[in-house]
Amino acid sequence: MTETALGGLKVLEYAQFVSGPYCSKLLADMGAEVIKIEPPLVGDSARRREPFLDDVPGLERSGFFLFLNTSKLSITLDPDTVTGREIFLKLVADCDVLIEDNPPSFVKERGFDYESLSRINPRLIMTSITPFGQYGPYCDYKAYHLNTYHGSGVAKVLSSILPQETPVPTKGPGFLGDFDAGLSAAIATMAALYGRLFSREGQHIDISKQEALMALERVEIGMYGNEGESRFSTVFMQQMVGGLQRCKDGYVMITLGGDHHWEGLLRVLGDPAWAHEEKFQGELGKYKYAQEISGHIADWIKDYTKEELYHRCQALNCPIGMVTTVADLVASEQLETRGFFGEIEHPVMGIVNCPTSPYRFSETPHRFHRPAPMLGEHNEEIFINRLGYSREDLVRMRGVGVI
Amino acid sequence: MNGSTLPRPLLEGVRIADFTWAWAGPFATELLAFLGAQVIKIESSHRPDHARIRSLTLGLSMKGLDKSPVFNDINLNKMSLSLDLRRDKSIDIAKKLVAVSDVVIENFRPGVMDKLGLGYDVLKAIKSDIVMLSSSALGSEGPESGYAGFAPTFSALGGAAHLTGYPDKRPVPLMGSSDLRSASTSAFAVLVALYHRACTGEGQYIDLSSVETVAMNISDSLLDYIMNGRIAIRKGNRDDILAPHNVYPCKNNRWVSIAIASEGEWVAFCRAMGNPLWADDERFSDAYSRWLNQDELDKLIGEWTIGFTHYEVMERLQREGVAAVAGLQGAELYSDPHLKERGVSVEVVHPNIGRRVALGPPWKFSATPARVKRCSPILGEHTEYVLGDILGISRDEIDALKQEGVLT
Repeated sequence: MTETALGGLKVLEYAQFVSGPYCSKLLADMGAEVIKIEPPLVGDSARRREPFLDDVPGLERSGFFLFLNTSKLSITLDPDTVTGREIFLKLVADCDVLIEDNPPSFVKERGFDYESLSRINPRLIMTSITPFGQYGPYCDYKAYHLNTYHGSGVAKVLSSILPQETPVPTKGPGFLGDFDAGLSAAIATMAALYGRLFSREGQHIDISKQEALMALERVEIGMYGNEGESRFSTVFMQQMVGGLQRCKDGYVMITLGGDHHWEGLLRVLGDPAWAHEEKFQGELGKYKYAQEISGHIADWIKDYTKEELYHRCQALNCPIGMVTTVADLVASEQLETRGFFGEIEHPVMGIVNCPTSPYRFSETPHRFHRPAPMLGEHNEEIFINRLGYSREDLVRMRGVGVI
Repeated sequence: MNGSTLPRPLLEGVRIADFTWAWAGPFATELLAFLGAQVIKIESSHRPDHARIRSLTLGLSMKGLDKSPVFNDINLNKMSLSLDLRRDKSIDIAKKLVAVSDVVIENFRPGVMDKLGLGYDVLKAIKSDIVMLSSSALGSEGPESGYAGFAPTFSALGGAAHLTGYPDKRPVPLMGSSDLRSASTSAFAVLVALYHRACTGEGQYIDLSSVETVAMNISDSLLDYIMNGRIAIRKGNRDDILAPHNVYPCKNNRWVSIAIASEGEWVAFCRAMGNPLWADDERFSDAYSRWLNQDELDKLIGEWTIGFTHYEVMERLQREGVAAVAGLQGAELYSDPHLKERGVSVEVVHPNIGRRVALGPPWKFSATPARVKRCSPILGEHTEYVLGDILGISRDEIDALKQEGVLT
């Protein structure tokens, strides 16, 4: 068996949907043991989210849940019952990391706050991921992905850059911002784990989804803070040479990083006469006449497919990217070569090709250690084998809704 | 808190030889520098980091190499070592630095480090437990490994652009954030490798594809295609099952986002609006009808929200337990009471561009806060410190290297 990077680490996940589960999935695929706590009977809300295999809904049929929960163990538990609470605290006492996404007031009322839990487990690293963080006037506000995305200012950054395409600010694809928060939480959690090797002490990490998103537009948001909003009054895409262009069967994005890329573009276009006009020379000229230059490019581009343009331009050192659909990505030879998709064998869904990871580790590769768990699949293993409850206990606890 | 009581930073003692440039590399090492790593940026005036010169996505050009607010924002806390990597002596110095470093990060095109004589195999021979991460547009293997790209290209190639925006308009490539997402992924990968190294003594090489970091985030759509053959397209702010789920106009040309996920929230929402007559219409009588008739529903909600500021709508609806959040923009991100109380921005003083506000680290640690310690470095600002104090090169030797033009 190949070595894993995080083997031996124990993570307890008391979170649902995207951010918390994605954070612990990143750790689980690198070898950490993640025990996922799910609400009895209904499970994680991502189980009820599309896509379902063959469009047939079912708790064990969601591809979204599958992706977000690979390599984990699942138990059903309601920590909001007296017995459930007792079990939860036992699990907390025995883990390295707790990842949770519950409203701060809920956590405090139940005595699940870091101060209380660290008394049971002083080495505990507790990562809390919520829309607005653990303190501040909005900390208990309700917010879904749409809300945190727009509340972070990043949608407005985009619509300032591309006003024609987004006259009404729009969110990024799917649950982008929730993934971002999960990744940000995973960075912080790993840093705390690393630090703990030396300090021997745990701590509480407060992740605000709003701030995780803001961080990814820190340059643009920095401009607002220093130069004011007027910086964005210019229509950026019209200043960009190339930019987004329609071609025969879709779109391509042309981004030139300097003179060498401009030269690459000229090679692609066959060194046209217009490119030698005096006014287009130099960087300033290109900014000033970007629309005119882009017009020339558009004329040429319209007769080619995005695949043709992508490979032809890249071969001549002109950085161009085609706008891909999910079908293009699944068919991509590049992704295939790197093993971006990997098979998961799931007891209900069968073999599913699933995105793996964007990184290749030479010694401790990313791996699906198991498929996403079935709801409560590991109840016996955890409750009986590890915590010492009897089978009869399990039946009774299930009967009263504790597990 | 005064200096003597500062807790030990999480990455205290971790030294990073940072060969990155542009945005996708530097933000990765900035995150690690926020956490306390010592990041030494190797750069040269002969081939300067283009963030020192221009910003493609902001349409900015700088005058001089040490006046870029863009560079400043993504290179805080770092040191700068000026080395002309075309010179053999520079390569020797770079190797000496690697020999006393824990991590090497670079985002040149695949193959460039090898050509410089600084490939992983060489560096591993110098420092057996080195962690090295290469970040490139599409990874260092495969038919497209030599292809180049910038943030908007990553967004296009990774499938995000096609899924962002409105179905009747053009796709929307995400800009700088695509670089910073890739960078975040790099920071995570390096931390995983560092943790493994601390436990086992083993270093390793990590090869990262920026396009794949984008594609990870659209896994739900990828799986819908893989499992059901459906090719997803952008749909603005809409959700597959929830409605209302959109942004609505408010006073002063602002927006508020509102999402309703349950019958209870719908009832509370109607109550907060003063139970308008239309809310009883059978077109909106259950969640599915609301989803089917959301064009009309959005219009009616917008007619209500436009009478208020985005903050007023947020407060009214949150009081009733409804997810409504003001669409913050521009200067509001600095005056908003919540963000202010959480201290999300800090002040940084830069010798050439003056006093600036910048976002601080995006995490709050209870015991060992990540922090902004200093502005981005002037090109070569720490050359003498790195050569003399870290590498133990003598004063005379440093002077000789300067004379030869190696340190430019």
